[in-house]
Amino acid sequence: MNSIITISTVLNAASMGLIILGLFIIFTQKNLIKMVIGLGIADTGVNIMLVSTGYIDGNTAPVFSNASLKISQMVDPVPQALVLTSIVIGFGVSALALALIIRLFEKTGTLDTSKIRGLKW
Amino acid sequence: MRKLVSIVLLAGFIFYFATLTGGLLIPSTSSERSSVGLDILSRTANETGSANAVTSVVVLYRGFDTLGEVTVLFLAALGISVFMKNTAKVRKRTLDQSFILKTGSRLLFPFMFLFGFYIIAHGHLTPGGGFPGGVIIATGFFIVLLTSESVEFNKTLMSVLEGLAGLTFIGLGLVGLFGSGNSFLQNFLPLGKFNTVFSAGIIPLIYAVVGVKVAAELSSVVFAMKESK
Amino acid sequence: MLYLLSFLVLVMLAVGIAIIFVKDILNAVILSTVVSLIASVIFLFIAAPDVAITEAAIGAALTTVVFVIAINRTKIKETTNKE
Repeated sequence: MNSIITISTVLNAASMGLIILGLFIIFTQKNLIKMVIGLGIADTGVNIMLVSTGYIDGNTAPVFSNASLKISQMVDPVPQALVLTSIVIGFGVSALALALIIRLFEKTGTLDTSKIRGLKW
Repeated sequence: MRKLVSIVLLAGFIFYFATLTGGLLIPSTSSERSSVGLDILSRTANETGSANAVTSVVVLYRGFDTLGEVTVLFLAALGISVFMKNTAKVRKRTLDQSFILKTGSRLLFPFMFLFGFYIIAHGHLTPGGGFPGGVIIATGFFIVLLTSESVEFNKTLMSVLEGLAGLTFIGLGLVGLFGSGNSFLQNFLPLGKFNTVFSAGIIPLIYAVVGVKVAAELSSVVFAMKESK
Repeated sequence: MLYLLSFLVLVMLAVGIAIIFVKDILNAVILSTVVSLIASVIFLFIAAPDVAITEAAIGAALTTVVFVIAINRTKIKETTNKE
């Protein structure tokens, strides 16, 4: 349909909304674990934006499961390969941040950034 | 003060997204084909023999990036083990969970193992591959580990498996370099018949190695975060 | 399909906004799992099944386990001798 709202608009809005939401959570929340949740949400938004650059309307996944599938009916496989790497690395960053938070809790006894001397904003 | 600064910064971001880059109305999906993607799609069936184009990009056309990803995951696991090393000793509970949880998790473990193994082994035919397959096997391990405290977790075996798997990855790449071909991570095994399990050169081998490494690494990470000494 | 996709995106953004106003951290972690799950379904609509499987396995299963373990170890433990 030739309307003003297409699938690419919806995907753009979704990814930008998630990135802004994740950044807002990191800026305004005082609990350290909620900051890591915000980081994960911003990661998800960036991944949706990357995958959506390869999408073409009406085409299907780049797998040759049926011998009669033509190449002109497939989406771009390169952004999907890069996003696979990005998802795994995003998990690694979140896990390392949580290990640091556990260690910080054992040193200071609190998870509130306004009470820890070096983290006050 | 903090809320004011953050709202000003985010208003700046929204303004940038909405106007300067063309905003919501510029299509992010490509209306014309990108030439690299089209080229890879037309070559992947004959050069690599794998039916999944994303797998051939991840393992063969961009195999060095996969090596970098495995390295980053290894460094993250190393960092977590270092941070969790001398934390306070967690009192080991000698109380198991309820009977349904314990028995149900032990009943579920072989099916999860089989499912993860299936996804790793068919990485070049159907969507999936080494990374989600390894994660599924690691999830199967946690289910048993988190519900029954009396199960022993063999840390030495996991770290030996992980190291050997990493060495095998680099070894397969070096065989391509010094052996028959000229480049690191070249496809030196025969291609075989299309759309069968034993085909596509070194792709099943590399995905098997990556799956073992990811599974061993993630179980060690979760076990180290749960209790440490 | 456009209406289904926009409905899913609206639900995902609403759940994300609810994370800001929730007081208990465990509720926030479960809401972030819901965001990850809806993102995995969106990946399926974009004809990317590899990415959908990876996001579902890592974002929904593994990240929640690691968060719950971290919450468990950062609670103020009681000092009475129970059990």
